[in-house]
Amino acid sequence: MSKEVAILGAGMHPWGKWGRNFVEYGTAAAHEALADAGIEWKDVQLVVGGDTMRNGYPGYVAGSTFAQAMGWTGIPVASTYGACATGAQAINVARSHILAGFCDVALVVGADAAPKGFFAPQGGERVTDPDWLRFRLLGATNPIYFGLSARRRMEIYGATREDFAQVKVKNSRHGYTNPRSRYKKTYTVEEVLDSPVVSDPLHLLMICATSDGGAALVLTSMEFARKRGIDPVKIAGVSTVTPQYPNTTLDMPNFSTDSAAGQTLPDTPFMHSIAKRAYEEAGIGPEDVDLAEVYDLSAALELDWYENIGLCAPGEAEKLLRDGDTAIGGRIPVNPSGGLSCFGEAVPAQAIAQVCELTWQVRGQAGDRQVEGARVGVTANQGLFGHGSSVLVKR
Amino acid sequence: MSKQRTPAIDGWFTTDGNAPTLLGTRCTQCEAIFFPKENFACRNPACTSTELEEVPLSRRGKLWSFTNNCYPPPAPYVAADPFEPYAVAAVELEAEKMIVLGQVPSDVKVEDLSAGMDMELVIDTLFEEDEREVLIWKWRPAA
Repeated sequence: MSKEVAILGAGMHPWGKWGRNFVEYGTAAAHEALADAGIEWKDVQLVVGGDTMRNGYPGYVAGSTFAQAMGWTGIPVASTYGACATGAQAINVARSHILAGFCDVALVVGADAAPKGFFAPQGGERVTDPDWLRFRLLGATNPIYFGLSARRRMEIYGATREDFAQVKVKNSRHGYTNPRSRYKKTYTVEEVLDSPVVSDPLHLLMICATSDGGAALVLTSMEFARKRGIDPVKIAGVSTVTPQYPNTTLDMPNFSTDSAAGQTLPDTPFMHSIAKRAYEEAGIGPEDVDLAEVYDLSAALELDWYENIGLCAPGEAEKLLRDGDTAIGGRIPVNPSGGLSCFGEAVPAQAIAQVCELTWQVRGQAGDRQVEGARVGVTANQGLFGHGSSVLVKR
Repeated sequence: MSKQRTPAIDGWFTTDGNAPTLLGTRCTQCEAIFFPKENFACRNPACTSTELEEVPLSRRGKLWSFTNNCYPPPAPYVAADPFEPYAVAAVELEAEKMIVLGQVPSDVKVEDLSAGMDMELVIDTLFEEDEREVLIWKWRPAA
């Protein structure tokens, strides 16, 4: 039995910082996705919301918050949270309901209104919460973890600050023409290196901002699409994997890795296992991929992702970048949308936004960002507390 | 009168003498080691033991990576005022084969660090209040 579902609609509110209610961004994206699909809200049979942790109770029950905002119709609802992987979880819930035959048409929505500056943990004193403790005991902000990974690439692979700057430069050229991006400005390597250092070796312009934004997808069964005479873009694989013990990757918000002493290491390290699961579901490999949307929380992390999703061997990512392979027009464009470099992060919307971009790309609707001959795309990201996230989209 | 010295968190590290250690736990059944401590159940998925004993961790390790905070972190971190950037180290403990994060004392900057250096655990000030000095573990290049 095929495990594919159809993407009939994609919609995104532009990313930015307006301080309005997150529900506004999500419902705008939902309406756009429904219009794109040619489906009315009253015909949606399941609504899945990606939760946001920084907008009070309505954010913890995002599915019903959006359902109420669109207008109650009595349909089943689900709300999911997986940090940055929230969108992939939401997509997976919808996909599972469709494939199980519980519904034909599902709406997936995620949106956020983000605070200024560093993400901080929730208030109160929580000595059993690693996310509280890493700030209290270490001051280990998110950029600290990004800086450690970036420095590691420099130490073992010879990556340079110029390489990290070049990722930002490349993505800024991609996002410059994207109507939905927040930052529409191209940069030079010098400008990136002139920005202040936040966590060495990472400069401010190498670290993504936090943004308001909303994204939505209308997913249907293949049968529903065919009955409408549509040959749709498909989701052919979804990964929401967790690490295997012992996890030797230093992950937010932890103080340490697992101890590998006396233990058998997993065959596939966590970061490599994420896209691997999506590839396996789709029955393809990284060599079949035409483009990718990966989570450039920092410019250096984008290089890690090239290796994690199998575009090249460990240590080879800088070469891919330097050769121009991952720019639009290159062999395997990465972040043709402009990535988090140009959007900033709207946590529950971001993984959905990655899939929106791939949808437009494989439909040939990406305008100035179009990757020629795009037929197969993969998304990848990872949410803290061990959430893998990857979606495989194909024509 | 000198201030009372208290650890920022109980049971994570010792503070006495010249050889402070981090404190983890070890499963009495499969010998898996955990830091921070696991007290309730072994986190090795192949093990069902609920008996774990406290164990001191290696005092030394190799510098796996490092970075710094150039801006004061948000609460609940108590940043020094005025704020001085400080380094953060990820150190790989050889015996336990685990990487442990820690701040670096303020006299050591990122420019002084390089991967592979031998690092050792020290106890230092996290922040001070009127009545007490709050302590935390840090990593510094081994003497």
